[in-house]
Amino acid sequence: MTVDRRSLPGFAALFSLPLAWVILLLIVPYGIMISVSFWTRQFPLFYPDFQFGNFAQLFSDPQYTTVILRTLKIAALVTAGSLLLGYPLAYFLAFTVRPGSLRNLLYMSVIVPLWVSYLLRAYTWKIILGTDGALNSLLVSLGIIHAPLDIFLYNQTAMVITLVYIFVPFMVMPLYTVLDNIPKRLIEASEDLGVGPFMTFIQVILPLSLGGVIAGSTMTFCLAFGDFVAPVLVGGPDGTMVANLLQTQFGAALNWPLGSALATLVLILVLVLLQISSRLDRAGRINMT
Amino acid sequence: MISKPIVSLEGVTKTYGNFTALHATDLSVGEGEFVTLLGPSGCGKTTTLRLVGGFERASAGRVVISGEDVTSRPPYLRPVNTVFQDYALFPHMSVSQNIAYGLSVKSNNVPRAEQAARVAEALELVGLEGMADRRPEELSGGQRQRVAMARAVVRRPRVLLLDEPLSALDVKLREGMQVELKRLHRELGITFIMVTHDQTEALALSDRIVVMNKGRIAQIGSPTELYDNPSTPYVADFIGAANLLDAAPAGPDGGFTMYRLGDTLIRSAQKPSLALASGAMLGIRPERLLVSGSEVANRLSFTIKEVLFHGDRLKLELMMRGVDKPIFAELARTVLASSQTETGSHLDLYVEPSDILVFTGGHAG
Amino acid sequence: MQSLRWWQKGLVGVSLGVLAFLYLPIAMLILFSFNDSKVTSFPLSGFTLHWYEAFLANEGMLRALWNSLVVAVCATLVSLVVGVTAALALDRYDFPGKRLFQNAILLPLSLPGLVTGIAMLNFYKQIGIPQSLTAVVIGHATALLGVVVSQVMARLAKLNRRQLEASADLGATPVETFRRVTLPSIRSSVIGSALLCFTLSFDEIPVTYFLTGREVTLPIYIYSTLRRGITPEINAVGSLIVAASFILIILSVTLLRDRR
Repeated sequence: MTVDRRSLPGFAALFSLPLAWVILLLIVPYGIMISVSFWTRQFPLFYPDFQFGNFAQLFSDPQYTTVILRTLKIAALVTAGSLLLGYPLAYFLAFTVRPGSLRNLLYMSVIVPLWVSYLLRAYTWKIILGTDGALNSLLVSLGIIHAPLDIFLYNQTAMVITLVYIFVPFMVMPLYTVLDNIPKRLIEASEDLGVGPFMTFIQVILPLSLGGVIAGSTMTFCLAFGDFVAPVLVGGPDGTMVANLLQTQFGAALNWPLGSALATLVLILVLVLLQISSRLDRAGRINMT
Repeated sequence: MISKPIVSLEGVTKTYGNFTALHATDLSVGEGEFVTLLGPSGCGKTTTLRLVGGFERASAGRVVISGEDVTSRPPYLRPVNTVFQDYALFPHMSVSQNIAYGLSVKSNNVPRAEQAARVAEALELVGLEGMADRRPEELSGGQRQRVAMARAVVRRPRVLLLDEPLSALDVKLREGMQVELKRLHRELGITFIMVTHDQTEALALSDRIVVMNKGRIAQIGSPTELYDNPSTPYVADFIGAANLLDAAPAGPDGGFTMYRLGDTLIRSAQKPSLALASGAMLGIRPERLLVSGSEVANRLSFTIKEVLFHGDRLKLELMMRGVDKPIFAELARTVLASSQTETGSHLDLYVEPSDILVFTGGHAG
Repeated sequence: MQSLRWWQKGLVGVSLGVLAFLYLPIAMLILFSFNDSKVTSFPLSGFTLHWYEAFLANEGMLRALWNSLVVAVCATLVSLVVGVTAALALDRYDFPGKRLFQNAILLPLSLPGLVTGIAMLNFYKQIGIPQSLTAVVIGHATALLGVVVSQVMARLAKLNRRQLEASADLGATPVETFRRVTLPSIRSSVIGSALLCFTLSFDEIPVTYFLTGREVTLPIYIYSTLRRGITPEINAVGSLIVAASFILIILSVTLLRDRR
């Protein structure tokens, strides 16, 4: 119901706490962060100001542009990897697994790792890929290699593997939901009309599951883009990502205005992505009844 | 004509933004009456019921229940209870907990022992003894319906509101529940106000029917009044069925008023003094077209266009010379020889002047 | 069972592969937590509980664990109180700025945690909340509001409004209706979001990283230990956390089985 004079007291009783909380502790902080991004730094202090110097620096200094581009690349690779692994799994769960109880169990087992500490899941790859880690020692003891290799850990590949591992459930969840909602009779109808399984997939299932692909990809991309643990644990010297840069600006480099500008940039990027994603989703939504 | 009114709406209006769901409406319901609000979806009948129940607040006007102005009172402070369309049973409570709910709320805190007794009594009233510990999900549609009834009447309301109480049941069950509703009304002796879009239900159960259309009351009356003397073509068509035909006035003739329908002159029992010079609409109920008639009966000549078999009855689609609409008749199968009911053959039927419904003035409402 | 075509076999293979990929590392973690060696390498060198003993003797780590539990419980409670009332208001009323409010609440869930952490750090510094576990609780509760609001709202949307009307019709005041009809109906979503909040808060690094003071939480403690190097003690703690997570999951599945 629309809030009017009659319903105002009830509405106010319910909503004043959440409203005050969210404005004061969430919206205002983001607002302040954005405003600090226009400040000036004169070491070691910061002064309120309104200038675009911090943003200009982010876009011109190769030190920053390299990191931003690299983060975009890694996030894109992680998204692609998760989609590549997640789609077949979601399809398998939605269309191949019978009966329903087994399907639920398997689906749960995809979600369960999300509940296990994210830090630990990143860390496990350090013990697997390290120089005296599980993979190397296994290969040595099997006689495949003679001495441990240091090519597994501390590079971008290790980062992509780790991040795919961490975020693939976020891809599977929306994909499974969408695929599971596709009425099985549509597939039967398509096959009844003489279309083979592959073309049925291309012409029926894929278009109907695009919403899930978009939702999963957006989520995975945003999460991978902002990650800062994997670079620290398994990334090498060329593994710095935007989040690490952010950390530095608020730590060692002590340049809050620049850090805020970078954070604002990330905020804008995420907002734009979410907006595009919901637009695409709305445009492509088909009522499946 | 009405006993002491227990529910009165005085100029009650309900608007949602620019849309008026109910135009200023006056309605009085007497103590112990069974009143039905009847009409198609969107006619304002459910809004009216919800205004009485307190789920909607009137935009203007007053709602009075047993002499008290309850217009701005919330539902929990009104002496009425409702049987909801989809029953709205609480899924997390057993049957007896559902029924006891209204006895255990703070405003009506009945002692535990009395609660149990009244729940048992209510279960017996609706014939659900032994179901007390079931959950709603374990019940059939008809049983849920009974629980909803028991839950509403256990509080001994002055007025019971029923929102399409039988619409979720299948046809067979619905007829059984109609009998049940009638019995409950008699046994409880309280006022029932029911909303329905099903005219047979309304005709079978009600003392009075309020026919509604587009947010207004079209006519109020007993089932026979509405059937015999509908005030508008809309009511004639909604209560029962009627062939509605445009006709031209052709002046008085003896005690009758004449109308020209196509090439035929029709005698109606309407008082000549009431006749207007402008056009009129005639209503003829399909079941009032007969194979014989009195000496003043109108004899109408038809060509049979289509015959539909309805068990012991036949429904005929007929064409009449000079009339561009088909006219429907319903006849017992035994009164016609099969040779008389071939498509394309001629058939003469009679209709008494008193069975001709005449509508003058606005045709729409 | 029908015989599978080549692409179906491939599909099964890939799917089982992905499932193995999801669990192999966790198995590794548990395996090495019992391995009697300072390095995590094959072949295994024998069974030990030494790393678990080391963890239990490590006061700093235990203190961090305690801090994490306190923070997660407090943040969850605050988030529930604010989130459930917000969900009720959002579900029942329409008002200007509703979409904006909802989007704001959901933003921290898709925004990198560091950005939210930075925003809060900036703000807390200026209004004088010192970096402390209190700041972390406020930060987590705020960042996790979206979890509660979205889950509870989804459940409220499925709630049959007629049931609330029926309750009022039967004489229950709005408060009674909330307690006896609404709350039992949304119970599973409240418990579900509480468990999720607890887990996410217990596990949270980026916001905590900026808001915490001298006292640290377990993830921060482990994170700073890891930067210095690997100790198998971490495997032991990790295994315990995995075990606790599984217990939580089983708990939530049992509790959330909707009794309808």
